[in-house]
Amino acid sequence: MHFLKLVFKNIFRHKLRSLLTLFGLVVAILAFGLLHTVVNAWYAGSDMASAQRLIARNAVSLVFPLPIYYRDRIRTVDGVTAVSVSNWFGGIYKDMAPANFFAQFGVDHENFFDLYPEFRTNPEELLAFKKDRRGAMVGRHLADQHGFKVGDVIPVKGTIYPGNWEFVVRGVYEPRDDTTITRQLYFHWDYLNEEIRRKYPRRAEQVGVFIIQIADGSRAAEVSRAVDREFANSLAETLTETEKAFQLSFIAQTETIVMAIRIVSFVVIVIIFAVVANTMAMTARERLAEYATLKALGFGPAFVGMLIVGESLAITLLGGALGILATFPAAAGFKAAMGSLFPVFRVAPETVAMQAACALAVGLLAGLLPSIRAARVRIVDGLRHIG
Amino acid sequence: MVSISRLAKSYRRGDQSVPVLFDISLEIPEGDFLALMGPSGSGKSTLLNLIAGIDKPDSGTLLVDGEDITRLSEADLADWRAAHVGFIFQFYNLMPVLDAFENVELPLLLTSLSRRERRERVEMALSLVGLSDRMDHHPNELSGGQQQRVAIARALIADPAIIVADEPTGDLDRKSAGEILALLRRLNEEMGKTIVMVTHDWHAVESARRVVHLEKGELVDAPAPHAAGSD
Ligand SMILES: Nc1ncnc2c1ncn2[C@@H]1O[C@H](COP(=O)(O)OP(=O)(O)OP(=O)(O)O)[C@@H](O)[C@H]1O
Ligand SMILES: [Mg+2]
Repeated sequence: MHFLKLVFKNIFRHKLRSLLTLFGLVVAILAFGLLHTVVNAWYAGSDMASAQRLIARNAVSLVFPLPIYYRDRIRTVDGVTAVSVSNWFGGIYKDMAPANFFAQFGVDHENFFDLYPEFRTNPEELLAFKKDRRGAMVGRHLADQHGFKVGDVIPVKGTIYPGNWEFVVRGVYEPRDDTTITRQLYFHWDYLNEEIRRKYPRRAEQVGVFIIQIADGSRAAEVSRAVDREFANSLAETLTETEKAFQLSFIAQTETIVMAIRIVSFVVIVIIFAVVANTMAMTARERLAEYATLKALGFGPAFVGMLIVGESLAITLLGGALGILATFPAAAGFKAAMGSLFPVFRVAPETVAMQAACALAVGLLAGLLPSIRAARVRIVDGLRHIG
Repeated sequence: MVSISRLAKSYRRGDQSVPVLFDISLEIPEGDFLALMGPSGSGKSTLLNLIAGIDKPDSGTLLVDGEDITRLSEADLADWRAAHVGFIFQFYNLMPVLDAFENVELPLLLTSLSRRERRERVEMALSLVGLSDRMDHHPNELSGGQQQRVAIARALIADPAIIVADEPTGDLDRKSAGEILALLRRLNEEMGKTIVMVTHDWHAVESARRVVHLEKGELVDAPAPHAAGSD
C-alpha cells in the first residue's frame, strides 16, 4: 500500500519531467506499433495466400508468359484438381494518381472464383459475369472506394495491351474476413485474348500464370516438382511454387525496405530507453537522501531498489498503454491517408504484444541501474546528500 | 546500555585515509540523555552514526545491551536498527510524498502489526507531539518545528530503546527549538528513552543530563575555550 503510494506519488513530483518522458514513451510505442503494422501490411497478401494453391510461372521471369495449352497438360498431373489462369493487365483507371491505382487481372471466368473461396460471390452475379464477355467482378473494397455498381462501365487505358478497354461490372465479391484483399478487378482472359489475337497475333494464346488447385496441401512441393518436370526442356519451362511463396517472392524485392523499417522501429525503442534511463538516473540521484533515510529506518536495499524499478515500470507501462491505445486510431488515419496502397492495414495482436513487451523491457532496464545504485548507497553518504 | 570501547574510524578520500575518530571509549547508561558537542568536523555525526548502526567502525567494539553491533551483517543491522533505534535528523528527512500520518507509520510497516494497531499507535504518537490535527498534512504544509515533531513521532513509533538526534534544533528558531527540546526531555524522563544528541546549541545542552566534548576525533574532559558551541 505505502509502497505503491510512494511509487505513484513519486512519479508526479516532477510533473513536467514525467509528462515529457511519458509523451516520449507514447510517441515511441505508437511509432513502433505503426511501423510494425506497415510491415505486416506488406506481408498481408502472402498471409491470405492459400496452401492449397500453386502458381506456375515462366521459369525465366514473371514478365515472360506461358502458352495457354499448358493448362490441359497441367490438369493431367497427379494431385491437381483444377487449373485456372491469371494475367496481369496493368491498365490505368482515370489517371496515374496512386489513389486511382488498382490491379486488373484477366482470369479464367469459368473456374477462377471456384479456386478462391475467400472471395464470396453472389451466384446470380457470378452467372451474369460468366455470360458477359466484357463482364468484370470487382472487390468490395474497390467498389466502395470508387462507387462501382453492377452495370457500371469501367474505362481502363491499357499499357501492356494498348488501347481503351471497357469492363462492365457484373458483380461485387465480398471478403471472407478482414485478411482478404478485395481491391482487384477480374475480367475474362478470353476477352483479352480475342482482342490481342486481332491486334497483335504473335502475343495471343499466352497467360501470365496458371493457378493450380491441389487436393492435398501437404503435397505442394511434390506436385510443384511434377508440374515443372512436365515442361522441362521445353521452350518455356515453368517454375511452380505455392501461392504464398509466389507472393513472398514479390516482397523479397522490397525486403531491404522492410528490414530498414524494422530496424528503425527498434532504434526508436533504444532511444526512448536512453531517455527513460536518464530520467530515472536523475530521479534516483535526487532522492538519495530519502533512500538513505528509508534504509536507516530499517528498510532493505531491495525495497529501495524496487521503489525505483516500480516507478520506472509505472511510467513506461502507462506510456506503453497510451501508446498502444493511440495506435488504433493512428493506424486507421494512416490507412485512410494511404488509400488503397495497403489493402489490409490493421494492428495485429502480435504487434500489441510486442509494444507491451518493449514498454516492459524499457521500464525494467531503465530502472535497473539507478535502482542498484540507490540500493547500494551507504546510508551515511546518502544522508549527506541533503540540502 | 551502550558501551563503546577503543572505537576508531577513518574515511577514505582518494588513496589516502583521513582519520576521523581515535580510540573512543564511552559508557552510556540506560535512561541517559547525552549531549555530544564539539567543533564542526570533530566527528560528532560520525560517532552518532556508529552508535545508531548506520556506519561501521574500523576497529573497536560497540556493545548495545551486550550485543556487539559492529559484528552484525548489513541485513541484521537493518533489522536491529528498526527494532532498537529512533532517528531524528537536522533536516527532518520526512518523505515529501507521504502525509504526517504515513510518515510516522513508515517504521511500523516493518513490523507485523495489523492496520488497526498501526493506526492506533500512530494516532497516539502524533497526539503526544501535539499534531493530532495535522495528520493529513504533507511535510511541505508544515513548519520546520512541526516537521521535526512528526520526525520525533516517527522516531518513537516502534518503541526503540535509543533515540539518536543529529542537531535536531539546528534548523529551527528559538521557540520551535524549545518545543523540540521539551519533547525530547519528556521522552527521556517519562518514557525512559536513552537519547544521544549532537548539538551546537547551549540551550539544548541544558536539557541533557550529561555532556561530552569531541575535539579532532577525541573525547576531551572540558571544551577548549572558544572551540565548542560558539557558533
Ligand atoms: N562519508 C564521508 N566521507 C569522507 N569524509 C567524511 C565522511 N563523513 C565525514 N567525513 C569527514 O569526517 C570528519 C568528521 O565529520 P562529521 O560529519 O562527523 O563532523 P561533525 O562533527 O558532525 O561536524 P558538523 O558539526 O559540521 O556536523 C570531517 O572532516 C568530514 O569531512
Ligand atoms: Mg554533523
